[in-house]
Amino acid sequence: MEIFNNILIYFVIVPLLTLGGLAICRNQGIKAIRTVAVVGASVLVVLAIALVKMFLDIRGAGDTSEMILRSDVLWYAPFNVHLALGVDGVSVVMILLSAFIVFAGVFASWKMNPMPRQFFMWFFLLSTGVFGFFISIDLFTMFMFYEIALIPMYLLIGVWGSGNKNYSAMKLTLMLMGGSAFLMLGLIGIYFHSAADGNLTMNILDIARNDAIPHKWQYLLFPLTFVGFGVLGAMFPFHTWSPDGHASAPTAVSMLHAGVLMKLGGYGCFRIAIYLMPFAANELAWIFLLLTGASIVYGALSACVQTDLKYINAYSSVSHCGMVLFAILMFNTTAMTGAVLQMLSHGLMTALFFALIGMIYGRTHTRDIRDMGGMMHIMPYLGVGYVIAGLASLGLPFLSGFAAEMTIFMGSFQHTDTFHRVLTILATTSIVVTAVYILRVVAKLLFGEVQDEHHRSLTDATWEERLSTATLILAVAAIGCFPNFFINIISSSFEPVVKALQAALPVM
Amino acid sequence: MMDYSQFLLMPQEIGLLLVFLLVFIYDTFMPERSQRYMPVFSVILMALYTIYCFCIPAGVGEAFGGMFESNSATWVMKNILNVGVVLVLLQAVKWTNSDFVSVRRGEFYELTLLTLLGMFLMISARHFLLFVIGLETASLPIAALAAFEKRHYESHEAAAKYMFTAIFSSAIFLLGISFVYGMSGTLYFNDIATAVIGNHSPLLIAALAFVIAGVGFKLSLVPFHQWTADVYQGAPTAVTSYLSVISKGAAAFSFLVILVQVFGAAYSQVWEWMLYAVIVLTITIGNLFAMRQRNLKRFLAFSSISQAGYIMLGIIAVNVMGMSSMIYYVLVYIFSNLAAFGVIAAIERQTGRVTMDDYNGLFKTNPWLAFTMMLAMFSLGGIPPFAGFFSKFFIFVGACHQGSVAIYVLVLIALVNTIISLYYYLLVVKAMFLRQDDCVIPTIKSHWTERLGLIICVLGVIFIGLISCIYAYINGSVDAINAMFAAIQ
Repeated sequence: MEIFNNILIYFVIVPLLTLGGLAICRNQGIKAIRTVAVVGASVLVVLAIALVKMFLDIRGAGDTSEMILRSDVLWYAPFNVHLALGVDGVSVVMILLSAFIVFAGVFASWKMNPMPRQFFMWFFLLSTGVFGFFISIDLFTMFMFYEIALIPMYLLIGVWGSGNKNYSAMKLTLMLMGGSAFLMLGLIGIYFHSAADGNLTMNILDIARNDAIPHKWQYLLFPLTFVGFGVLGAMFPFHTWSPDGHASAPTAVSMLHAGVLMKLGGYGCFRIAIYLMPFAANELAWIFLLLTGASIVYGALSACVQTDLKYINAYSSVSHCGMVLFAILMFNTTAMTGAVLQMLSHGLMTALFFALIGMIYGRTHTRDIRDMGGMMHIMPYLGVGYVIAGLASLGLPFLSGFAAEMTIFMGSFQHTDTFHRVLTILATTSIVVTAVYILRVVAKLLFGEVQDEHHRSLTDATWEERLSTATLILAVAAIGCFPNFFINIISSSFEPVVKALQAALPVM
Repeated sequence: MMDYSQFLLMPQEIGLLLVFLLVFIYDTFMPERSQRYMPVFSVILMALYTIYCFCIPAGVGEAFGGMFESNSATWVMKNILNVGVVLVLLQAVKWTNSDFVSVRRGEFYELTLLTLLGMFLMISARHFLLFVIGLETASLPIAALAAFEKRHYESHEAAAKYMFTAIFSSAIFLLGISFVYGMSGTLYFNDIATAVIGNHSPLLIAALAFVIAGVGFKLSLVPFHQWTADVYQGAPTAVTSYLSVISKGAAAFSFLVILVQVFGAAYSQVWEWMLYAVIVLTITIGNLFAMRQRNLKRFLAFSSISQAGYIMLGIIAVNVMGMSSMIYYVLVYIFSNLAAFGVIAAIERQTGRVTMDDYNGLFKTNPWLAFTMMLAMFSLGGIPPFAGFFSKFFIFVGACHQGSVAIYVLVLIALVNTIISLYYYLLVVKAMFLRQDDCVIPTIKSHWTERLGLIICVLGVIFIGLISCIYAYINGSVDAINAMFAAIQ
């Protein structure tokens, strides 16, 4: 089998093997379970780094084809469904991000109770879906992996979550699945208009090359796919699953969900909705720009009035993910590069946030900032970590948020018309609001009066918690200090999309 | 002088008859002490026969002056039903050996095999006389089966309800056929199809409606579904699972043949719209009622009503892709539903508990049963990577292949309903995994036959989708389906 020579397939095989390994060690105790999980996650990180190196080598050797490391295996001949693999710069960095967050997530759920084995099994099933989505370039397999990534959330939240978990789990699952119902119709529509000559295909590259989807169908299919993915990207007004879901989810699941799963939405919007239907994208972008603009501002303002740490962070995610979609809809290379940087940055720093919140909650048993204070003295390691995450979130230079938001707003302002500029200015106000809610939490939680005398006896982070957070902090700082490394990888991937968009513009 | 070589075209029917006779002889003549092994004997016999049918090439041709037709499509349909019947019989082994039923266990196996023979005739019939014989053979013994748990009041009620609706639907169906006969002067499918071309008399449209209603009762399509919940609830679980997958699958297959072969040429426009309304109603109402059910057998009854609507999506498309997707859908549905019923039967046999609240916390005490049930629910709800996802996706693609906006709207309605169905399927998962209860069902030691049946179902649910050659096998019968469509194009 030629496909097994491709490194990409191992991003699906390794989590599945880990899952199988976990299934086997039924009576082995927690140590064996942790070992298997850590080995699986570490192999993924090594694979991801190897993939980045391979990507740089191949690009360095002058290969400028759109997707590299291609493999293709026919799966369902009657529907022309293939197991088609391939990556470009965007998918490579997304895979790198996912691997890091899976790694950190395993350590963040070190003391998971009860049923750690089942927890890690669902956790790795979810990561199988995530990696599978990023390596596929076939509509059917992409959609299949997309849904594989969604359904474990129900049990992960429902069984291992906290608070109003039954409600949140059901709400999250049904809303995301509702989105994917629209998506499925959109994909079927794309499939049936994928070629003018009747050779229908599910391969994204072929569909984009054929460019055969009639304009009136694009008007129908673009909103279906964009909203379908937008639900997962927490686009206003379909974001309501996100705060409840994140608040109830266990730490590692929040990390993986905010860090990686929500990126599936942005990635899908860019890779499927915009790339395949550039005409409708140009025509209808203004509607979605308004919606995503609303996400940015509304999310940030909502975060200001919340008192539960997880809710604050969930609304902040709505705002930041809105920024991703907002930038993608700007349709130029600079803004799109910023969008991917923002995905990376948001993924890492939200994961960091949720990890820290989980660790604080594990000690204080409350997430309400009104019941806590003075944590900086009690647990300095976690406190410093929280400050760094907060500063990254509000866009301090040398941390990831700055590089991302700067690029996004630079790109957005390249548009010369009033509509885009006004929206951009409105969106930039969210930076100020972000500073407000971050500093409010930092002031109250870390430097305020100690609210509960019992909190004075709490301990600082343990070694696995330090490892988990240090990995993420380093990554956040790495993006902030060396954004060019990532920009070099990703920016070339946008050329085909931007070209398609320009070609679809009506001639003036 | 009759040409006896015609019988060579029906090895599946003859083989089934042979299995039936062997089981009957065993039941009648074997001594009392070896009666205990009769269920296993019939399962093994049926399994061997099923494997045999997969191995021999499909018989193609007409027999008895065109009354009976065998082609690669009917061959595949019957093979799929065979697989389902093996599973049903396997899951029933322990139940038929239980105290109150064991006296009559022979009847269960004999009647089941006999109804299957009736269904085979329905699928292969190309003449309404043979079709009605098959229909009656397939329905009436089920009433006896439904009444199998003599000491249960609900079982009697189920039998009576099934009996009355079966007779009523047959009457309506026969009325429709008599109209057709009056207009065309023949009962051969092909002759009717050519005779009614260009004839748009209201009588024929009424006949079409009557035929749809008659078969709709069998398929429990809304608004002909009223009997379903009560019968499913009252009948013994083994019979319910038989009724919900095999009987429904056979009815769907023969429905396809009638609509396409008899009314395909002249009336596809008319029945497409009738079916359109019926599908929307079936999927939506089945789903809305399923949400409220607490008894799992009633719950699966309504779920199976809405699943029948999805199956019909494959017919309404009137194309090859839709038809092979529909056969595939039935196969996947057989495995998923039998997994669910297998769990319910195993638990009901030992504890007698069937409501959703009884399943609270099941995962703690019976992790494997809970896991199987969860897979079944995910597959029925269309979650990848389980088989239900593939069958749903393919049936939607098949329907959309027709290309009209109306079909896209229909698929959108079906998709929205998928989300509703996911809600109530998740309710079961929620009860088993998320809820706690003081009086949880204790750990159950299931019989090896039940376990084997469930393992086969789980393997099917996981691998039918991932392994594409199963779809390719069904799609291989496409030539025969193509020939059916020759009439339409």
